[in-house]
Amino acid sequence: MQLTLWTYEGPPHVGAMRIVTAMRGMHYVLHAPQGDTYADLLFTMIERRSKRPPVTYTTFQARDLGGDTAELFQRAARDAYETFKPEAMIVGASCTGELIQDDPAGLATALNLPIPVIPLELPSYQKKENWGAAETFYRIVRALAQPKPPRSGTHPTCNILGPCALGFRHRDDLKEIKSLLSDLGIAINVVAPEGASPADISRLADADFNVVLYTEIAGPAAEFLKKQFGQNFSKTIPIGVNATREFIEEICALAGLAVPVEMDASRLPWYSRSVDSTYLTGKRVFIFGDATHALAMARVAREEIGFTVCGLGTYTREFAREVRAAAADLGVAPLISDDYLEIEKAIIAAQPELVLGTQMERHIAKRLGLPCAVISAPVHVQDFPARFSPVMGFEGANVLFDSLVHPLMMGLEEHLLGLFRDDFEFNDQAAPSHLGPSKQAQPETPPDFAGWTVEAEKELKKIPFFVRGKARRNTETFARERGIASISVETLYDAKAHFGR
Amino acid sequence: MSALNILNRPASAGCDRPVLRERGQHEVFCGLTGIVWLHRKIQDAFFLIVGSRTCAHLMQSAAGVMIFAEPRFATAIIEERDLAGLADMHDELDRVVTQLLERRPDIKLLFLVGSCPSEVIKLDLSRAAERLSQKTLPQTRILAYTGSGIETTFTQGEDSCLTSLVPTMPTTQDKNLLIAGTMADVVEDQFRALFAAIGITNIGFLPARHAGEMPAVGPNTQLLLAQPFLGETVKALEARGATRIDAPFPFGAEGSELWFRAAAKAFGIAQERVTPAIEAPRERARRAVARHRDTLDGKSIFFFPDSQLEIPLARFLSRELGMRPLEIGTPYLHRGILGADMDLLPDALVSEGQDVDRQLARCRAEKPDLTVCGLGLANPLEAEGLRTKWSIELVFSPVHGFEQAGDLAELFARPLERTSRLRV
Repeated sequence: MQLTLWTYEGPPHVGAMRIVTAMRGMHYVLHAPQGDTYADLLFTMIERRSKRPPVTYTTFQARDLGGDTAELFQRAARDAYETFKPEAMIVGASCTGELIQDDPAGLATALNLPIPVIPLELPSYQKKENWGAAETFYRIVRALAQPKPPRSGTHPTCNILGPCALGFRHRDDLKEIKSLLSDLGIAINVVAPEGASPADISRLADADFNVVLYTEIAGPAAEFLKKQFGQNFSKTIPIGVNATREFIEEICALAGLAVPVEMDASRLPWYSRSVDSTYLTGKRVFIFGDATHALAMARVAREEIGFTVCGLGTYTREFAREVRAAAADLGVAPLISDDYLEIEKAIIAAQPELVLGTQMERHIAKRLGLPCAVISAPVHVQDFPARFSPVMGFEGANVLFDSLVHPLMMGLEEHLLGLFRDDFEFNDQAAPSHLGPSKQAQPETPPDFAGWTVEAEKELKKIPFFVRGKARRNTETFARERGIASISVETLYDAKAHFGR
Repeated sequence: MSALNILNRPASAGCDRPVLRERGQHEVFCGLTGIVWLHRKIQDAFFLIVGSRTCAHLMQSAAGVMIFAEPRFATAIIEERDLAGLADMHDELDRVVTQLLERRPDIKLLFLVGSCPSEVIKLDLSRAAERLSQKTLPQTRILAYTGSGIETTFTQGEDSCLTSLVPTMPTTQDKNLLIAGTMADVVEDQFRALFAAIGITNIGFLPARHAGEMPAVGPNTQLLLAQPFLGETVKALEARGATRIDAPFPFGAEGSELWFRAAAKAFGIAQERVTPAIEAPRERARRAVARHRDTLDGKSIFFFPDSQLEIPLARFLSRELGMRPLEIGTPYLHRGILGADMDLLPDALVSEGQDVDRQLARCRAEKPDLTVCGLGLANPLEAEGLRTKWSIELVFSPVHGFEQAGDLAELFARPLERTSRLRV
């Protein structure tokens, strides 16, 4: 048993829903009690989709358990076929459905429906949402993809794999990457799961290669297509200017095209080099999210904005190795966890000046009074913006510059705050002025070093709150290294001179 | 039936109306969702769901609107090793509860909340609660109830929770008024003041705001329901001697008036004494409701089953705002509790249970001016051109009593008001 306050991922059948909801002509019959229908609102409310997810729940009740829940499942599947006339169907059970062991796969097969029926085994007590999405997409591809007919055209073609329902900026990433591929002269055969029908899935093998945008979702399907049909797939995730350039090089190699000479179309490099951005230099950021986004953001933060990454982690255990490697490269301890409380602890310890995380880290940052930007699922309704805001490609790099910088105090504002610390309307507890007058919580952490003199403690309070933690930690390190037992005002300023930025 | 006569109706009334019973896919939350408001109401209580990742995900998605850095609810997620018998489930539960109480020593009341998985594997949480209580009392009392979706629908979770509290309530021989069902604190304060003006001062609210303040019950307790979904709680309180007062629910000026008058009658207080006490707030309520009458008068309304508030709300909307209910769906119909409201309903199809695809077909065919439904259906129906009101808001907002009657009407008027404003 695991004590959980918030969960980063839903159960695996929610992952399956993210795939079918993205597709057309597909239906999911789920052996599940009525409470599980809450999952519909993820799509209709959080993502504001205008259609109900194509899911029929059997909604069995306690009184059915003694009777025939298997018959209930078959009736639901038969009715769903009659009502929705899908081209293909997936069937499975949610966590409670799994416990009653009705075998949806066998029951559905016995119905002899005139469409492909794809059974899913999604172990709810072991696996989670992203795994469920990847497994479902793989099962669908495996069941429906047909061998390649002889090629007639000469233009290179590709599939785009990974965009699905409830993904962080999938809708806009897809648009951005489609236009990038079209600029390169590459035709798109199928995009899947988003917008794909079972018929589209059947002709995946027609393309020369696959572009994988979200490894968490499309990794297993891409591996299968490579093994089965010899389709290579891209591995670079085009988030940030440098990664987008590398992505273009990789795609051109896969397509047998020359890399275009002129391809930089982002404002990010100039914005980061413009004089105003010196206030971003060396700012400490803590990054947490799914592996794809956390890794990509760490690179953008370090190489393209000049932040210092003071923490990096993911809840995607499947990609722990990659995140560990990146963390080692950054010189920080990797955080592989889906325990909200542990992540909160790590953020407090790292003393960041900016948190890049998920909806959950937004809670944490709010509580600690730290600025925060959301860079990964799980996300909330405000992270499905009305405007075009990809995070991939060159436009995505522009969007990232804005979203990573916006929560911070402007450069001169920060200076003024440092100059006049006791200003009654412009002080420690003031939020960045462009973000409104909200009063923030004090991110005080209890002193763990007993040797602070009263005067030094008082002096420390005069330092703006967003760097106070760092000043405290640096001073204590400085004192410890020199065997100083009592920290005086002198020690504080000695340490400041020592570490000074 | 005229409104005031409703107080003298025979107990059997309200039973002759035909009801369409349906059994198909239900598109309703499970009882766990009640935790979302219960954990704010009882300020030193913690709700520990013993369930799956789905339960945890439901809570944060249903309550996703709720941004709390650390809520007073959590899930003990059952894992493969628990199911495979590699870990003893009760030992695991003890460990999790200890961990939780160490972290939150301020918790006075801990509910172990059963879920679909815990019910299916027959994990006995009542026994666990008893055993754990022996270790944690007097600091923390531990109770158990079920919020599972195979046994409870949405608001029934509160019924189940309050039922578990009944045995802990102190006994009294005094004549007192017990008001059951979670309401906003501000509404409770208003009600307390109005009852005092009427002459009823010994009042308790269930649930109370703190674990140690649960009201007393006994043979002279008069029970007045503030929420219609408390069938099991009523049974448990009746077993402790309470007598339920039959009344319509306190929604709108009329509903609130009848509710206060029914209580006065049960206490043998003359109706002439009630009138001056409630006159001013009743007039305010009438004026506040009347402001929305132009928007809502003559408009048709269709209720999907959700909170069990549908019948009293349809009564309010039809009698005080002139709306025309086409179908009034309720997940579960307790005729005894809702009899007075049923008697005041105009002709309309009342349906119990759900087959969501069929009901959607009826709704589309009827093209109501306003559809009250859950969050999963609202945007799809809006996209089809129907105006909707999310039903969950009716449970999360202060809507009871005279002073909130206008706000309640406004919740229904706003979607129509939006339509008339938008030119895009």
